[in-house]
Amino acid sequence: MSRTVIEVRGIVNRFGMQVVHNGLDMEVFEGEVFGIVGGSGSGKSVLLRTILGLQRPAAGTVKLYGRDITTLSEQELRAVKRGYGVTFQHGALFSSLTVRQNIQLPMAEFFQLDAATLDGLAALKIAMVGLPAEALDKYPAQLSGGMIKRVALARALALDPKLMFLDEPTAGLDPIAAAGFDELLLDLKHNLELTVVMVTHDLDTIFRTCNRVGVIVERRMTVDTVEGILSNPHPWIREYFHGPRARAVPQPGAPDHGA
Amino acid sequence: MFLDSHQQGGVVTLRVSGRWLIENLASIETELTALDGARAQSLVIDTTALEEIDLSGAWALFDRVRRFEQSGLKAQWQGRAPDQIRFIEHSLSGTKRPISTPDEGLDLAEPVRSLGRWTLTQAASARTSLAFFGRICSVLGSALMSPRRLRLPALVRHVIETGVHAIPIVSLIAFLISVIIAYMGANELRRFGAEIFVVDLVTIGVLRELGVLLTAIIVAGRSGSAFAAEIGVMKLNEEVDALQAIGTNPVEVLVMPRLLGLVIALPLLTVIADAVGLVGGGVLCYYLVDISPAQYLSRVQESIAPTTFWVGIIKAPVFAFLIAYIGTLRGMQVRESSRELGRLTTVAVVQSIFLVILADALFAVLFLELDI
Repeated sequence: MSRTVIEVRGIVNRFGMQVVHNGLDMEVFEGEVFGIVGGSGSGKSVLLRTILGLQRPAAGTVKLYGRDITTLSEQELRAVKRGYGVTFQHGALFSSLTVRQNIQLPMAEFFQLDAATLDGLAALKIAMVGLPAEALDKYPAQLSGGMIKRVALARALALDPKLMFLDEPTAGLDPIAAAGFDELLLDLKHNLELTVVMVTHDLDTIFRTCNRVGVIVERRMTVDTVEGILSNPHPWIREYFHGPRARAVPQPGAPDHGA
Repeated sequence: MFLDSHQQGGVVTLRVSGRWLIENLASIETELTALDGARAQSLVIDTTALEEIDLSGAWALFDRVRRFEQSGLKAQWQGRAPDQIRFIEHSLSGTKRPISTPDEGLDLAEPVRSLGRWTLTQAASARTSLAFFGRICSVLGSALMSPRRLRLPALVRHVIETGVHAIPIVSLIAFLISVIIAYMGANELRRFGAEIFVVDLVTIGVLRELGVLLTAIIVAGRSGSAFAAEIGVMKLNEEVDALQAIGTNPVEVLVMPRLLGLVIALPLLTVIADAVGLVGGGVLCYYLVDISPAQYLSRVQESIAPTTFWVGIIKAPVFAFLIAYIGTLRGMQVRESSRELGRLTTVAVVQSIFLVILADALFAVLFLELDI
């Protein structure tokens, strides 16, 4: 078994009287794509924010590469944040900056690089996510939904992280664009040796890309392989993966990692 | 040290070593740039001492090797070429290198062009402002026909927010200003033994000009900016589009209640400011010039003409209209980005204050001509 990248133990998150997570455990191994699934309001985003170090849990530990981030200072957390890339559900591109400036922002923030290097790297990143170089000078408002997701991915990859977090990467995309994004993700994962954690509702994306899936039910997480989760007897999980909208029965041999 | 080059005959050997990671990229680039001007026929890149490389490091190496190749050198790898190089080649194939060369030299036509662009922008802006004014008038017309469209609950909310909530700050400013005027005036008038005229100074100054003008400026800062920001955020969230799609008129739902609310609130605020201003003058007169409150009141009554109060208060609805009009117009113009929101909010405040003062000047000329 490969190295453990993320280790979450006994996480408790509560807002006032409302308990979102109660003793949630989760592990992510190097080189896998891990999908986080759960009903609306089950705390997927809260979990993601906890792992990212944007929110301290009431109890429990979150270890990224063996370091417990719940006890780190702001300064140490900054170094940890350098090591991962995140895309947000709606892209969260900076609307007053061009695509080029969006991609260069993390690089310029952390390192003293000259303009030519920054431009070259931005051109590489935008090509990597399959967009034409003309896109670099556009503003986020001029991009389509699919392009925004790709630019967000390019910005998340700006500092060459090995760990990526994607929040609903295919939400709001048409099936063709969503499928294209899945392929792009697998391609990048393979070539850049990424470990990917994604929150998603898109069953097609889960079947296509994920190695393992964690389902948040009853404030805890049930983790299994995609095949395993399909035969899980829990009623909510059955409903989720076999309900009327779950027409996409996985083909044998899935997930295919395009490699 | 990330790079070591030595030349033997026509062959340059680049020995790449250490950790080629993005955090070291600045120094790597410096070392790579030092290679410029090397003359050779072929290039050998030795990666056997390379400890670690990431995509950015690989790109730096790739970029340099490609430039050597473009200048006619044959490049050859010794040891393993990093995997990332192949991926970079694959990604960049089919994309031309974007060349951004800013136009060099002096362009004499540019000032003329930019003047032309500025003129067109201003003309378009004037046109939008006028069209917006027209839409307000037409909505106002139809609202008068069917009062339900005045949207009373929203209107009341805006009267409370722009009016009632502004009472403390407006009162404070009015009090302080009239105290300042009375104090300065008393000092000057004492030299002529005409302290009693301090009362006239305060009364006429506050009622005709300062009460309404200062109130309008405070409200422009408070509510003009709030209007622009509220509507601007709604534009960014596509809420305005949603309103339109539902079949409602955004001018009717968003602009009208704010506009009418302020037109109601500002005159009322002005009355309060006038009253507090007179009290402030009275307090100062009592303590500094020994004019008793009774004396002060009777002097106030003598000093004001029947029109004095109305000359001030009549300006309030006009100022209110200008503030609300500019604030909502700029809010509606927000598009695309958060920077635009900030810029237009600032523009709303600056322009509405400017227009209020301009209108006040026009009123002054008008009243002078009318001899009131």
